Amino acid sequence: MVTVEAAETGETRRVTRRPKGIRPTRGYRVFQAVNAVILTGVVIVTLYPFVNIVARSLSDEAYIIAGRVNLVPRGFNLTTYKLVMSDALFWTNYRNTVVYTVVATVISIVLTTCYAYVLSKPRLKGRGALVGIAVFTMFFSGGLIPNYVLITSLGMKNTIWAVVVPNAINVFNLLVMKAFFESLPEELEEAAAVDGLNTYGTLLRIVLPLSKAIIATMVLFYAVSFWNSWFTAFLYLDQQEMFPVTVYLRNLIAGATGAQSAGGVAESDAVQAAATLQAVTIVLTTLPILAVYPFIQRYFVSGVMLGAVKG
Amino acid sequence: MTTPDTLTPPPVPPTRDAARPAGRPARRRTWRQALRKDWQLYSLAVAPLLFFLVFRYLPMAGNVIAFRKFSPGGSLFGETWVGLRYVRLFLADPTFWEVFTNTLVLGTLTLLFCFPLPIVLALLLNEVRARRLKRFVQSVSYLPHFLSIVIVAAMVMQLTSMDGTVNQIVRGLGGEAVPFLQQPEWFRTIYVSSEVWQTVGWGTILYLAALTTIDENLYEAARIDGANRWRQTWHVTLPGIRPTMVTLLILNIGTFMAVGFEKILLLYNPLTYPTADVISTYLYRMGFESSNFSYAAAIGLFEAVIGLTLVLSANAISKRTVGTSLW
Repeated sequence: MVTVEAAETGETRRVTRRPKGIRPTRGYRVFQAVNAVILTGVVIVTLYPFVNIVARSLSDEAYIIAGRVNLVPRGFNLTTYKLVMSDALFWTNYRNTVVYTVVATVISIVLTTCYAYVLSKPRLKGRGALVGIAVFTMFFSGGLIPNYVLITSLGMKNTIWAVVVPNAINVFNLLVMKAFFESLPEELEEAAAVDGLNTYGTLLRIVLPLSKAIIATMVLFYAVSFWNSWFTAFLYLDQQEMFPVTVYLRNLIAGATGAQSAGGVAESDAVQAAATLQAVTIVLTTLPILAVYPFIQRYFVSGVMLGAVKG
Repeated sequence: MTTPDTLTPPPVPPTRDAARPAGRPARRRTWRQALRKDWQLYSLAVAPLLFFLVFRYLPMAGNVIAFRKFSPGGSLFGETWVGLRYVRLFLADPTFWEVFTNTLVLGTLTLLFCFPLPIVLALLLNEVRARRLKRFVQSVSYLPHFLSIVIVAAMVMQLTSMDGTVNQIVRGLGGEAVPFLQQPEWFRTIYVSSEVWQTVGWGTILYLAALTTIDENLYEAARIDGANRWRQTWHVTLPGIRPTMVTLLILNIGTFMAVGFEKILLLYNPLTYPTADVISTYLYRMGFESSNFSYAAAIGLFEAVIGLTLVLSANAISKRTVGTSLW
C-alpha cells in the first residue's frame, strides 16, 4: 500500500549539503533570508486567528462592533466567560465530549489492534482478502443516506452508540498498526510459542507491551478525531443534553441555540453576549487541544516514526 | 432485519469460516487445516469483521434504496422496485447539475492549492539550517490540523464578519466592508484559503520524511556535475519525493468528489448556494430536509461511483506512466 504515516522529521539530523570550506554563494544567502521571511509569514498567518479570537473573547462588545479588535483585547472584561461558564448545558455538553471520546477511543483501539495483529501475520490463509475488505472501504462507502437508515433501524439513534461505534476502525490507522506489528521480529513470537503461550497470550504479554508507543499514537489519533467530530452527533442525536460541545458551538454559530440558552442564565448580559459569545465558546473549546498539543506532538514524533514503514 | 429475497448481494467478504468452492485446489493448506491451526488468530478478526460488515458493507448494500421506493420506518432496503426512476429524476434536475459543477470547481481549486503548497513548504523547511527554528515552524504549522472543523468554521466567521480582521483591512485600505459569507462570489476564496490554512502544515510531514531518505551521494554527484542548489532541487530532491507526491495525489483525487462536506455545511447559507452548494450538501438537504431518501441515496451512489472511478483511473494512469501506485 502507501506510505501511510511517515516520520516527523523534527528529530532527524539534517546533513548539510554544503561541502566544507566553500562559502555559500550570494544567491544562496539571499535565498536563506527570503526563506526566513516566508516561514515567519507562515507562522504569523497560522497563529493570527488564535490571537484574534482570544482578543475578541476578552473585549468589550462595543469595541468589537466598531471593528477595533485585532491583536489585543480592548475594554478588557470577563463577563462573557462568566456567562458561558455558568451555562449548565455547556458543561453537560463538555462532559459528553469527554465520555464519547473515551468510550469511542477504547472501542477503536481494541478493534484496530485485534485486526491489525491478524493482518500482520504473513502466512495466515485468507489474509489478502481480510486486507482487501478493509482497504476497499477507504475508496467506496455506503454514503450518508444508507448509513442513516442503518443506524436508525438498528435503534442506535439518540444513543451514545450512534456516536462511538460507526467510525470505530480507521483504515489508515489500521494499516499503520499493521506495518508496526510486521516490523516486530518474528523470533519473539516463536519464542513465546515455545514457552507455551497461545495467540492471545502472545498478543497480550509479548506484543502489546512492545507496542506501547504505537498504541499511544493510535489513542492520540483516535481521541483527537472523536474529540473534534460533530456531524455524527449532529445527525443522530436530538436532545441537546446529549450533544458534544462541538455541536453546542455549531448551534451557537448557526444561531440555533446559544443565545436563548445563555440568555436564560443572565438576561441583562444578553447584549454583551451576542458577539463575544462565539469567541469565548471557541476559546473554551480550543483550550484543551492547545493545552495538550505540545505534549501530544512529541508523542507523535516517536510513535509515528515507528509506524513509518511502507505498508 | 434483512430481507434476503430482495437483497442484492453486497460485496460481502468471505468470513473466516467460509469454505472455498470445492474443486479449487488450496495453495498451501486447506481452510480446514488453516482454521484448526490458526483459529485463535481468526477469532480475533471476528469483531472487526462484524464491524466492517455491519457499518461499511451493509450501507453499501443499502444503496439499493436508490432503485427502490423507501418509506421511513420501513425496511432498510426499501419497499418496491422503481428501477432508474430516481436516477432519471436527478439527471433531469437543473439544481443537480448546478451542484455538480460547484463540486467540480471546488474540488479542482482545492486540489490546485492544497496539493502543491505542502510540497513547497516542505522544500522551504528542508532548507532551514537552524534546527530549533525549523522545529518551531513545524509545530506551529501542524497546529490547525488538530482543530475541529466547527472551530475552524467559527474562526472563519469571526475573521470575515463585518467587524472582523479582514474587513478592518478592507476599511484600512479605504474600501467598504463586505459581508463575505453572504456573497456567493467570495465563498470559493474563503473555502480554499481556510482549507489551506488548516491542511498545509500537516501535509508537509510525509514530504519531510521522504526528503530525509534521499541519498546524500546523489547531491554530491550533482555538485560534481556542476549543478547549483536550484538544479539540485530540481534534479535530485523532486524526483526523490516523487513517489510520495504521486501517492498523495491519487489519494487527493479519491476525495475529490467528497469536497469538504462538513465545512460547507457549516459555512454556507441560502445566499451562497449558487457557488457553495455541492453534491453532498444537496443530497443532505434532499434527504433530511425534504425527506426524499431514495432520491438522495441515488445522488449519493452516483457521487460514490464517480469517486471510486476517479481513484481507480488515477491509480491506473500513475501505474502506467510513473510506476507508482497504491496497490
